[in-house]
Amino acid sequence: MTRIMHGSIRLLVGLAVLLSLFPFYWMLVMASKKNSEIYRTPPSLWVGDQLWHNIQAVIAQTSFFHALFNTLFIAVTSTLLVLFFDSLAGFAFAKLHFRGQAFLFAFLLGTMMIPGQLNIIPSFYLMDKLGWVGSYKALIIPGMANAFGIFWIKQYCTDSIPDSLLEAAKLDGCSTFRIYWSVALPIMRPALAFLALFSFMGSWNDYMWPLIILNDEAKYTLMLALTQLKGIYSVNYPLVITGTLLATLPLLVLFIFFSKQLISGITDGAVKE
Amino acid sequence: MEVSDHGTGLQTAPKHQRHRFRFDLEKVTPYLAIAPFYLLFLVFGLFPILFSGYLALSKWDGIGQIQFTGWTNLQRLAQDTDFWLSLKNTVLIWALGTFPMLFLALVLAFMLSLKMFKHKETLKALLFLPNITSVVAITILFGLIFSNLDGLANGVLHLFGLRSINWLTSPNWVRVVIASVNVWQYTGYNMIIYLTGIARISKDYSEAAQMDGANNRQIFWKITVPQLKPIILFTVMMSTIGGLQVFSEAQVLVPSGATPQGGAMTIVYYLYNTAFTNHQFGYGSTIAWGLVALIVLFSAVNWYVTTKRIQGVN
Repeated sequence: MTRIMHGSIRLLVGLAVLLSLFPFYWMLVMASKKNSEIYRTPPSLWVGDQLWHNIQAVIAQTSFFHALFNTLFIAVTSTLLVLFFDSLAGFAFAKLHFRGQAFLFAFLLGTMMIPGQLNIIPSFYLMDKLGWVGSYKALIIPGMANAFGIFWIKQYCTDSIPDSLLEAAKLDGCSTFRIYWSVALPIMRPALAFLALFSFMGSWNDYMWPLIILNDEAKYTLMLALTQLKGIYSVNYPLVITGTLLATLPLLVLFIFFSKQLISGITDGAVKE
Repeated sequence: MEVSDHGTGLQTAPKHQRHRFRFDLEKVTPYLAIAPFYLLFLVFGLFPILFSGYLALSKWDGIGQIQFTGWTNLQRLAQDTDFWLSLKNTVLIWALGTFPMLFLALVLAFMLSLKMFKHKETLKALLFLPNITSVVAITILFGLIFSNLDGLANGVLHLFGLRSINWLTSPNWVRVVIASVNVWQYTGYNMIIYLTGIARISKDYSEAAQMDGANNRQIFWKITVPQLKPIILFTVMMSTIGGLQVFSEAQVLVPSGATPQGGAMTIVYYLYNTAFTNHQFGYGSTIAWGLVALIVLFSAVNWYVTTKRIQGVN
């Protein structure tokens, strides 16, 4: 390969990395300026000194922490429920055998093909009838066992849990649930890590369904609070962007620690299907 | 020692005497384990789908009685210029974003798969990073970058002595802005999927080609792309399904006063407005079914075209 070729490939990849990071940097730049500094032409590309001031303003003038707490509550609760129900069902499909198993699993895979948009209006009707409009139940319960996660755990169990280990536990007199809980679950940890990340992020970033369901500002999630912030302070860019930055930060931290699991999980999920 | 087999237990467990009292419980254990999914699906999946079929042929304001009106809604859909304009917006946004994005992802994956890069994992992570951010957060940011008056984009245009562009109010440009949000968020994601595919292509092909004096461009077009055909098809399908359902980007960027003529009104946004702003839940469901029909149609066409085109290259 020629040197010019090498150089231009490096340049292109470098440019792509730059483009993928720039919006994060720009968030920081805008979040660290005074409102009056934003409207300058040409725009200044450097980080300012108002970040802390803006963070305090967001906390004082908006219910940021409240929304953060709401979001954390919803995301953590749904993630824990998803982990439990999906791992239990995935384990059953991989390691137990029962009548109708093949059909039930094919059915489960088939449900993944159904486009979600069909559900929005009738689900809203259902939530209305159940009295769950405005309640977190509508955000947590319908998704607490999902086909993707069960499929994912099943694949992992089939590949990684030796039958001999389960038989040994059985000979020791463990019940099936006990075998799942004490033997299989610890082995599933890497698969659970990905599933946890995936559903936590999904829950954290969800927008349309909470927008439809939540009508009380006190119950707003971060994403709803952000768009509300954008509506109210449409001329105060630094404040809006500081809120956006704060809402993005937890996911960035999560990504720093778990990027490997997330990336390998996504590729496995995509390529296996 | 008493060894009990519970009938339904583990796949390879030998059959021994059955213990009378625990037998039943253990036999239903697998069904109990998978029951939550099926119950939830029945209530929150199957019922809504069937019900939306009924709603699509009815009139309902969200509070009063549901009136069955038959084919009226379908006739309205066929003649509804707003629906067709929203469809046009959606397809344009999808096309503006998807093709450059997948091509870029493919090229980047190919480049990263070359031996020249040392910190490949770090580069992968950095390029994937945009995918973890929320659509809402990133759309707010892009909205400010592409602000009509004093955003960064217009600032850069001024720097080069160009006139500013009304990014968010011109129908064509607002579609570009929405598409660029998608490109930014999903290029790295698709690149990572392609990288896995490339890792599976036997090294023999490219090594043999190199021996024959093929350059990178030839290897890319003659080996990588044809070999990745199934994965490219998968990503095109996924992007189509996702692209036809674009909502948050459009709604956050143009939260009020969006019109089908304005460029940012996508089908799902139109569905949302029809049902939750104008309280026409019946007709909203008709739109939803129209959307699903389009997704099926698009996937079929995509499948056909993608298969043909990549075969043509080969």
